[in-house]
Amino acid sequence: MIDSRAIYVITLRELIKLVRQKGSLINIFARPILWLFVVGSGLNQIVQRGGPVSYNQFIFPGVMGMVILFSSIFSSISIVWDREFGFLREILVAPISRLSIVIGKAISGTLSSSLQAAVITIFLPLLKIHVEIPQLLGLFALSVLLSFALTSLGILIAAHLETFGVFNVIMNLLVMPLFFLSGAIYPVNLLPPWLRLLSLCNPLTYGIDAFKNVLLPRVGGMGHGSLGAEFPLGLDILVVSLFSLAMISLAVASFRKIE
Amino acid sequence: MKMHSEPISKAKERKEKAMAAIEVNGLVKDFGPLRAVDGISFSVQEGEIFAFLGPNGAGKSTTINILCTLLRPTAGKVSVNGFDCLTHPEAVRSSIGLIFQDPTLDNELTAWENLKFHCYLYNMERKQMKERIEEMLHLVGLTDRSKELVKRFSGGMKRRLEIARGLLHHPRILFLDEPTLGLDPQTRDTIWDFIRDLRSREQITMFMTTHYMEEAEVCNQIAIIDRGKIIARGTPEKLKRMVKGDLILLRGGDPDSLRRRIRAHFGLEAQGENEELVLEVESGEEFIPRLLERLGSEINFVNVVKPSLNDVFLRLVGREIREEGTDSKETKRQMARAYQKARWRRH
Repeated sequence: MIDSRAIYVITLRELIKLVRQKGSLINIFARPILWLFVVGSGLNQIVQRGGPVSYNQFIFPGVMGMVILFSSIFSSISIVWDREFGFLREILVAPISRLSIVIGKAISGTLSSSLQAAVITIFLPLLKIHVEIPQLLGLFALSVLLSFALTSLGILIAAHLETFGVFNVIMNLLVMPLFFLSGAIYPVNLLPPWLRLLSLCNPLTYGIDAFKNVLLPRVGGMGHGSLGAEFPLGLDILVVSLFSLAMISLAVASFRKIE
Repeated sequence: MKMHSEPISKAKERKEKAMAAIEVNGLVKDFGPLRAVDGISFSVQEGEIFAFLGPNGAGKSTTINILCTLLRPTAGKVSVNGFDCLTHPEAVRSSIGLIFQDPTLDNELTAWENLKFHCYLYNMERKQMKERIEEMLHLVGLTDRSKELVKRFSGGMKRRLEIARGLLHHPRILFLDEPTLGLDPQTRDTIWDFIRDLRSREQITMFMTTHYMEEAEVCNQIAIIDRGKIIARGTPEKLKRMVKGDLILLRGGDPDSLRRRIRAHFGLEAQGENEELVLEVESGEEFIPRLLERLGSEINFVNVVKPSLNDVFLRLVGREIREEGTDSKETKRQMARAYQKARWRRH
């Protein structure tokens, strides 16, 4: 069932392509820098509240979540590219199981997303967020988990897309709402109840909350409008893990049906 | 004597069993309400070049996709290299090579990387890999371009690389779905020389689909497929014998009166709509002088068409197979319509 050499080479291919992609380094840094230092600095002036957490600091977990969300979805959407350019058939007719294909794609997507998330931790000192090594390692582990969850979601979507045409629809109807309803750029407990409900159904909310748990002090309690974490870390991890499991199972099932 | 006869007959039996590379029985494939493949049966012997000839949408690619386990049949039994396509898809996959209609290379990888990727997917031995990749690159004349990204390759080079890749894992059958589609005539010739060369080197069965008659001519066996059904099968020679004589294509002032007069003078029923009339005669060269003698003043265009696989196809399907050309396209269409009418009348 599991063809390790196929998984290896599918993963290797994605990583080679990631490295070779023109401007990939700029891509990795450009968006986080914009959010952390342009949007963050601007809003910091409005949201001045004198608390222990500045706005720049507050959005760091959100920006990490954003990096993971975008790169996971992008890397799994590459399946649709492969389909459009025909390469997917080369993989589908090979004597390997569909499970192996999905695992290969999931590993490569997870690796590339969590690497990109790890890279932006170099901004932590600039934001005056102090972390110890164990915290940093915990952060990496949580990045891997969230990357895996969102890559699996992406693979599930990609398995159902015949062409690239609907990509914008997915960006606008899925990826952007996931981002804005995740507590990345404002605490979700400030939202009106019906939006709050949506945000509670959003896996990214828990992923980013986990980062907040590690990075931001819990000063100010868990009250209304608090800039700290909202849920216990254990709950965050549980929700993201269950979500991953559901998504990867559905993705494998969908891939088995591709003809 | 008796002791010898048994093993010999067993060996013979085994040999006969191994001879059919592809066995298809009553294959049906539906896409929703559309029946793409409608109960076809055929077999391909080991070492043959077998061609599926038919217009677009006839069911050629669907059949190939079923044979290489990319599609599940709605009904029927399909086996490739002795493995059932439904129950042993992975055994089928590792024993076949595929060259698809549309390119399936990764443009962002080099030629070498594309081949290496393939070796890993087919779980080839690591030791054997490098040597085999070099051998195949040499075979298709791409050795000195191996480190280049595929996106810089021309259409012909990409095709050659795909053929090299399809052969890497020593498949016993090579499937080629429209192998020269979209290539210029010169490149098409190169690819064909290459395929013929390959055939003389390795005893490999080839199954291809094409809508180029001249390509089908090179094959051992042809099956003409239309609307999901095989309507004729045989060697190219056998199929060509199905058309009796030449076709005469003519245009004149008033088609209806021309038609009447042809009937009166020669006892021939002219087919065709509009301006164009089509006659089927034994020898065009002998018929034209007689025709012009009688009706020369009314005719302003005559053309003789010699029987080719194209005509066989026209005769059987009632439609032109090719979809290219400009002026000739219209004439061919009209001939096609004429044939279709004739066919309906005959049945």
